[in-house]
Amino acid sequence: MIAVRDPALYAIIILSLRVSGIALLFSTLIGIPLGAALGLSRFVGRRVIIAMLYTGMGFPPVVVGLFVYLMLSRSGPLGQLESTLVPRLFTPAAMVVAQCIISFPLVAGFTMAAVMGVDPQLRRQVRALGATRWQTTLAVLMEARVGVIVSVIAGFGSIISEVGAVMLVGGNIEGRTRVLTTAIVLETRKGNFDLAMALGVILLALSFLTNVAMLYLQGRTFEE
Amino acid sequence: MSEHIYHLRNLTKVYDGRHVLHVEHLDIRQGEIFSVVGPSGAGKSTLLRLLNFLEAPSAGAVHFLDTEFSAAKSVGIPTRRRVTTVFQRPILLNRSVWDNVSYGLRLRGQRNASRLIEGTLDQVGLMDLAHQRARTLSGGEAQRVALARAMVLQPDALLLDEPTANLDPYNVGLIEDIVRALNREHGTTLVLVTHNVFQAKRLADRVALMLEGEMVEVADKETFFESPRDPRTAAFVRGEIVY
Repeated sequence: MIAVRDPALYAIIILSLRVSGIALLFSTLIGIPLGAALGLSRFVGRRVIIAMLYTGMGFPPVVVGLFVYLMLSRSGPLGQLESTLVPRLFTPAAMVVAQCIISFPLVAGFTMAAVMGVDPQLRRQVRALGATRWQTTLAVLMEARVGVIVSVIAGFGSIISEVGAVMLVGGNIEGRTRVLTTAIVLETRKGNFDLAMALGVILLALSFLTNVAMLYLQGRTFEE
Repeated sequence: MSEHIYHLRNLTKVYDGRHVLHVEHLDIRQGEIFSVVGPSGAGKSTLLRLLNFLEAPSAGAVHFLDTEFSAAKSVGIPTRRRVTTVFQRPILLNRSVWDNVSYGLRLRGQRNASRLIEGTLDQVGLMDLAHQRARTLSGGEAQRVALARAMVLQPDALLLDEPTANLDPYNVGLIEDIVRALNREHGTTLVLVTHNVFQAKRLADRVALMLEGEMVEVADKETFFESPRDPRTAAFVRGEIVY
């Protein structure tokens, strides 16, 4: 498959990156503002949300997969709606939903911790310089950028290597929902250990390259 | 234009049921250097936070030019941007000196202000360090960056909260010279909070003594130091502990 540059392999790699990339994008869009809000604001119910977030950070992916499966199945509360806005089971969109639920608590939790680590006096100083509420939040996030980038990396790491949830909600259908992790499981079960190992190396390389790209985006922060 | 930049009327601040500030009446004149002296915990920094609109009063009002600031009435961003504060500890962004000094201008959408920034860095003697990371600076240099960051905004009022409390005499002298020049050349109103009566004597036009959240005496510098009305002021000026 790898030696002959099988187009199916490229399709698997591209689908893996597409599903995890879209899931990470949504996780970041939800997780960073949520983490910033929890880190910077004090409101009723904050502790409960933080406790739920911490639980979500350690949630077994296969349980998330089961939950999404039950929600999206035809007899499930969302599946029954038959709305175009609700993804169908055994599609990449359903895999995105599952991966988003797995990764956004990590992004939000680590962002919250990073934001809380910034000197609280910075907010007062920035406000004294004329910052609006939004500009103040942005300044704090920029000061916490190392932690925020780590939160995104952690979110990505949790889903690119995840197998249980995507297997359940995607079904590992060849040409449609097969991603690297589910392909590795399949090839291992078939006894194709060499191919499974090769796919594993590709997965590791993708993960490494993505993380390097994120560090590059982060600029010189780690060199300080 | 009004002669006074600030009018304070029955200004009160309460934290957790504890009265930390109560000023019945205080006017701060445009273009003056007004110093507030007093021991730690007297309410001086609280006063500055109210003057910079960073916290709302519990009661009473701060009138800044034509704008009222009270518990019921907040002020908009344009008014807030006419005042800024340099705090005792310089809180710098983890970026270059240049980025720190230009930060407030960027908040205001002013992106082409290189000359202004260069001129301000020159004034504080830090042009050579413009591209150095701010967190690698010494305490005195960092405080001068904080001062430049405030000065470049050309505020109507600059509030200084113990700006030299942690500095060596050389840097104290430098900063005093810079703020004096700022006041004389640009007419910027300065409100200087300090526990150092000698600094107040060197810089201020008028001086106020604050004790336990209240203004004990407000007077021009000569009267305050030479013939104060209140015995507590006389004692404080002599360096005695007054509470």
